[in-house]
This record gives sequence, C-alpha cells and structure tokens, in this order.
Amino acid sequence: MSRPDLADALGRIVGPKWVRQAAAELAPFRADGLPTHEATPRVAVLPGSRDEVIEIVRLLAREGVPFVARGAGTGLSGGALAESHAVLLVLTRLNHIKRIDVPNRRAIVEPGVVNARLSEATAPYGLYYAPDPSSQSACTLGGNIAENAGGPHCLKYGVTTNHVVELEIVRADGSVTRLGSPQGEAWGPDLVALFVGSEGMFGVATEITLRLEPIPLETRTLLAAFDSVRAASEAVSRIIASGIVPAALEMMDGPCVRAVEDSIYAAGYPRDAAAVLLVDLDGRPTAVAAETRTVSRILEEHRATEIRSAATPAERARLWQGRKKAFGAMGRLTRDLIVQDAVVPRSTLPDVIDKIYEIGRRHQVMIVNVFHAGDGNLHPNLCYDRTDLALAERVFAAGREIIQVCVAAGGSISGEHGIGTDKLEFMPLIFDQATLDLMCDVRGVFDPDGRANPGKVIPVRACREWRAGGFR
Amino acid sequence: MNDKVLAKVRETFGPDAVDQDGAGRPRVAPDSTDGVAQAMGLANDQAWRVCIEGRGSWSPLDAPADLVVSTAALERIVTIAPGDLMATVEAGAALGTVNHRLRERNVWLAWDPPGHALRSVGSIVATGTAGPLRHRFGPIRDHLLGCTLVTGDGRVVRPGGKVVKNVAGYDLTRLMAGGFGAFGVITELHLRLRAIPAADCTFVAVAPRDVLSAAARDLAQAAIDASAMELFSPALAAEAEWVLALRLTGIEEGVTDEAQRAQALTEFIWRELSPDRASALWHGAAQAALSGSVTFRLGVLPEGIDETIDLVAEHADAGLVSAGAGSGSIRWTGEATLGQLQAIRRAAAGREIPLTLERAPWPLRQAFGHFGAYREGVGNLVARLRDTFDPGHVLQVPLDA
Repeated sequence: MSRPDLADALGRIVGPKWVRQAAAELAPFRADGLPTHEATPRVAVLPGSRDEVIEIVRLLAREGVPFVARGAGTGLSGGALAESHAVLLVLTRLNHIKRIDVPNRRAIVEPGVVNARLSEATAPYGLYYAPDPSSQSACTLGGNIAENAGGPHCLKYGVTTNHVVELEIVRADGSVTRLGSPQGEAWGPDLVALFVGSEGMFGVATEITLRLEPIPLETRTLLAAFDSVRAASEAVSRIIASGIVPAALEMMDGPCVRAVEDSIYAAGYPRDAAAVLLVDLDGRPTAVAAETRTVSRILEEHRATEIRSAATPAERARLWQGRKKAFGAMGRLTRDLIVQDAVVPRSTLPDVIDKIYEIGRRHQVMIVNVFHAGDGNLHPNLCYDRTDLALAERVFAAGREIIQVCVAAGGSISGEHGIGTDKLEFMPLIFDQATLDLMCDVRGVFDPDGRANPGKVIPVRACREWRAGGFR
Repeated sequence: MNDKVLAKVRETFGPDAVDQDGAGRPRVAPDSTDGVAQAMGLANDQAWRVCIEGRGSWSPLDAPADLVVSTAALERIVTIAPGDLMATVEAGAALGTVNHRLRERNVWLAWDPPGHALRSVGSIVATGTAGPLRHRFGPIRDHLLGCTLVTGDGRVVRPGGKVVKNVAGYDLTRLMAGGFGAFGVITELHLRLRAIPAADCTFVAVAPRDVLSAAARDLAQAAIDASAMELFSPALAAEAEWVLALRLTGIEEGVTDEAQRAQALTEFIWRELSPDRASALWHGAAQAALSGSVTFRLGVLPEGIDETIDLVAEHADAGLVSAGAGSGSIRWTGEATLGQLQAIRRAAAGREIPLTLERAPWPLRQAFGHFGAYREGVGNLVARLRDTFDPGHVLQVPLDA
C-alpha cells in the first residue's frame, strides 16, 4: 500500500484530520526526548478511541505494516521513534480517566492520560498515583507502562510495574486480550508483569488499571550539603541501613548545584557544596518527626556541612525546585545534553562517581550528576553540542565507558529510561546470547511478525529469529 | 521406564547421581545450575516427563514423572549485601535458614508464605505464595531482582539483575513468580531485602467477622500504616470467633502512634501479643495451610472480601481462611472435590476474581489446573510461552485443566 493509500485508509478510520503524512506535519514526531536519534515515520495517526486503535492495528496487520505506539514522546531512549516503513500510532487523544474506585484505590485510565493529571484527579479523594517520572507533567501513563517508568518517589513506593494490576492490550494481529485482574492477582502466569516494560513490542495497552496510594498526611524535606560525593553516598547507605525508607533520596553533585544556582531556578543551595542530598520523609506526623530526627543525626554524623529542613508545601517546593529544574538549568551550560541512565549497587556509588568524573576529564566532556541515590540509579548528564562533531564523538565514547563502569560494578544499563534504540549495543554487556534469544522468542509469542515497535530492545544481530531469516 | 531412566542418568551423571523417591520415581538433585541444565537437556532429548521439586514440604510429591529434578542440593546463600539490600540465594535454600542468616546482618526477606518455615525460596517464587506481609511488601514478584533459570530443554538464561531498579530487557524474572515451574527450573534468585525494623508489634482482636471486616475497612480508609492486616477464620486461629491481626513495623514512635490510632478507630479492644505469641500466631497461620489437602487463593478487591468468603463457603466447607483485609487476597485450605472447586472458580470468575490452585493432590491438580477460566487470548499466550520455554513439553505442570 502506498503512503497516500495508507493515509486514506487510516483517515477513513479516524477522520482525515487525524492523519499526518506531509514532511512538515511529521516533523514533531521525528524524535522523542533523546537528542541523538531521529526518524521520520511513514504516516502518523492519532486515533480518538480504543475502537479506532483496534481498527487501525487490524488494518496494519492486513497490510503487513509495522507500527510504533507513542504517547507524549518524552522518552529518553529513542523508543518511540518510527522508521520510514512504520506507522506512528499517537495515543495522546485517548486521555480519559474512565473510573476512580476510591474504596478499592484503583483508577482505570486510557493510555494517553498524562501522569500528573491522574494524581490531580484523585487528590480530592485523598489518593495519588505514586510513580513520578521527571517528565510527569507531560508523559503519558501508556508510555510509563511501556518503559516501566520510575521517578524520585519510587524508592519507597515502587516503580510502574508495582502499580499496574490489569491491562487491556491489542496485539499486533489486532486481537484484544485482558491481562491481570482488578485486584492484581493474575489469571494464569503473570502476563501483566511481563507486558510492563516491554517497550511497546508486545502490543498496545488500551485500558490500564492502576493502584493508587493514600496521600501521606505529612511530608518533610531535608536538604544536606557535603564536602564530597563520597561522604554524601555514605550517608545514603547509612540512612537505608537504618530501616527508614525515605519517600525520595536524591543527590546532586557540585557542578549540578552550581548550574542550578547560576540559573533562573536558583534555589539557594550552598554553591560550594560537592554534593547536596534531598531527603523526603512522609507518613504519619509522629513517625515523620522521629524519622527526621534519626536522618538528621545520620547526616550530621556523616559530616554534612549544612542541613535544612522544610515542612510546609511552599518551603519544600523551594528545596525541590533546583532538583526538579536541574535539567532546565543545565540548558544554560550546554546546547545539547545526554541524560544517561544506569544503575549500580548503592554501596559502589562513591567509587563509580569517581570513575565517571575521571572519564569526563579524560574525554574532556563536562559531566553533571543528578540522580536517585537511594536506589543507585545514576543520571550522569553529558554536555555537548551536536554541531561539534569531534565533541559528539568524545561524548559517545565517554557515555559508553560510563555504562561499562556501571556494568562492571554489578549494575544495569538502564534503571528507568529503557533500551529503545539508544542502548541496543549494550544489551550483550549484561545478557548472554541464550537470554537474548529467549527474550526474542518471548517477543515472538506476542508478535510473531515483529511488527510492534520493530528494532528496539533486543539487538537484531543478537536475535536468533533474525539470523534465521530476518524480521518480516 | 524407570530402569531405563535410572541407567541413562547413571551413565550420564555417574552411578551415585540418582536415587528413587518414595514413589519409586528416579530423582536427581544437582548441586549446580549446570547440573540442572544437563539433567533437563537429557530429559528433553529422551522425551522424559520431568517433575521439579524443592524441599518437598509444600506440594505433594505425587506428579507422575520419568525423572524428578530436585533443587534440594542447591541451597547455598551466595551473597548477602546488606548495604545494597540484596541477596543472592540458590533456589533450594530454605526460607527459614535464609532469613536466619539475613537477620544476623540486620536485614530480612519480607516474606511469610503459607507452609513450613523451611520451604524453599524456589517453591515460594514458583507458586507466588505471598502471606500476610503482602499488605505492605507486595506480591512475591515485587521482591525479585533477577534469576537464573534452566528452561525445559536445558538452556540456562539469566534475566534481570542484582540492582533494585532495572528495566533492561523484558521482565522474564517476574513471569517466573507464580508460573508453577511451567517455564523451567529456577536455580538461583537475586532478592530484594529490607532492613530489620526497630519495632515489630502484633495486635489481635477477636469478634464476629462482619465487625472485624468493617473495622479493617475503616483502618484501611484511615491509611493505617501496617505491614500486615489479616483476617483469620475461627478454625484457623483456634478461636471461637474470627481474628483480625494487625502487624505494625517501623520506628518505635511510629508503631506506638499507629497502635493508638488503630485503637481509636475501632470499638473493640486490641490485644498486643508478646514477641513469642506473635511469632506463634504468624507461623501457626502459615502452617495451617498444610492441615488440609487443598489450598487455593482468590484475588479479590478489598470491598468484596466478605462476599467472597461467603461464596466459597456456599460451595465448599468453611475451611481455614486467611484473608488480606487490605490487599484483598484470600487463601482457603481444606478438603474439596473437583466439582466444588469448579463451582467456586466459575462463580468467582463471574465476579472478575481469579482462583489459583496452590496445592492439591495430583489428580485434582491435573483435572482442575492451577489456573483456569482464562480470558480470551490468555490461554493461547500461555500455551505459546510454554512452547518457547519448554519446547519438548517435558515439564509436568498442570498449569490449566
């Protein structure tokens, strides 16, 4: 089917105004949040209902056309990019919160609902949706499911997969299946757990049932400054070992603190600090007060040079402002930014951070660290300018070395951004051939023709299916 | 067949590698993942039917099989990393032993599954049998970081990893939780630990069920910060009436505060148990699941617990019931016929409630299946997943009837 014919057929399903095929119309869909990769889809289509999604997927199945489901396009691994042979299925119009079940703490939503909107809608009932990726004011819950998104507050409450109980999915052949149950117990083996984080390669989630949490009665934020990243990291380990699980435990290194303080987002952080920790403690007032005393004592014992505490929403927001706007603040430092994502065992944080600085020095690349210290999820930010090809080369080399260091420390190549297209080459660093082959086969169970988000997650050369004759 | 299997296994693994269990089934208990892989590879080549067993304290050892592959010799605790809240253990290690070793390092695996204290961690994972602590710490799958799995045809795969946050590759590890071994033999697990809480207190109330379940709803509504909030039936608790048990953990001040709040929210008097009595209560409740020959669980929304307990009682005897008043998971143990189980599963399915058969004698397991009443498309996906993990269909797991 030619592009115009395909666009016409899609237009008959969704109405012509929801189909994009001209180059200018497709421009907004050429990239996601990852600055290094671009691809232009054959056509982009924006269905307005679940039934239209099903009809589109069935049309594409009949025509043998690959497709990529996409939410807001805020992903950071190139996972929502569609190549020129594929149709981009943009789900942002499926943005209805269908039901909020207050007594059972469940929400049933469409995939295009923006993450933060769900918590806004449930707040009057004293409930919220815990996973809070940094992009939560824009990213969609469908995208969160695909990537198994995390966020600062996942330390205590878990990531996306811990909150999904039931899914309606449309597989690439157009068949519709419900996985899980309203309570969360599976009807059979746990296919919800398998689907979450499959990066859109097992099908499209058209209805999502999520578990909500009660809004904590009180939240207190502590900010602590340190003379070294090592001292801050040791404080993190000690807090975790104490049995207290902070709602969030974030670290910014000195370069990040200064980037924030030099920007319009200046939060009054101590400019000379080598590291700043932000600790959120939440729950009942008595427990929060006691935990605050314990954590403050640990911070002092680990030679924090300054400790601030905030309990009111306004004061807390001010302490958090720098962390939340850190990526924006770095925009002043650099034209382009690669936000790396890797995880290391918490105990290795000080050594790994030292090595990351050394890699930056050696490659003459500025690296700024802002990360989820509580669970060892690093986000080294590599500053560069895409027009400076020599620098870009050094940035890629440094990025590769950082990943290798994290893997050598016993970590993983991604904690929350996913593999997408960006990290395909690193998959063999942590998985052997047999495991990659099996993953490839499992993908074949859901999508034998490999048409849903082709070319992501599993490196093609590592895939037995490909070796045997290629993805169709 | 037995003689041929015995001869072949001896030829491959040496004369002492195989024995016969009580039912006369040839049994190997390899002490390494490679050994399990070799056994599964051989079974696959010879088209033998294989039954996987752990320490033998949960499911009856009665599945017809040409070869039993036991994980009993895979019992090493490989790593304990308290600073990273992570441990690596072999699948045959007993939970009680693992937690004893972990407690020495001030960490623990927050599991309290039904059954014997020395159940293997592999069995707990394979059956997905979480206990009352699921209220705070979630289902079994939420404690898994990665695993080593030997597939039905002897491939060794290692999905997941050792860190607490990880989205690399498809989540095959979590698929293993509650897969009943249909996808292969779990040989090693990377597990998420918690720090031992400073305070760990248990409170109980004895009253008619409707009083307790209404109170539990009030406590949940008030977001009482409990680690477990479990309803036990009179027979299970050996009391005249139902028991609501509340386990509060955390720092001292927090636990004291929550206990006072719980008391203020309810009209009956809570009784605090001494540490020994509390331990006896939770262990006793876990062990109670072994006092009948059939155990199943139902996944119910918290609002539907009373109605669902009644529904089970309509079709079978009252049994021993343990129900997560906040999590909505109901576990029933007792004696039941195939017809009764089918009637319960049908009635539950009509209410969007899945029934998972956790343990039963082989004829019931085979006829009823661990799962059933699949929704459209699920049966097909499960069958194809099994083909992928176990292409020779050697694993004797009655996943569905």
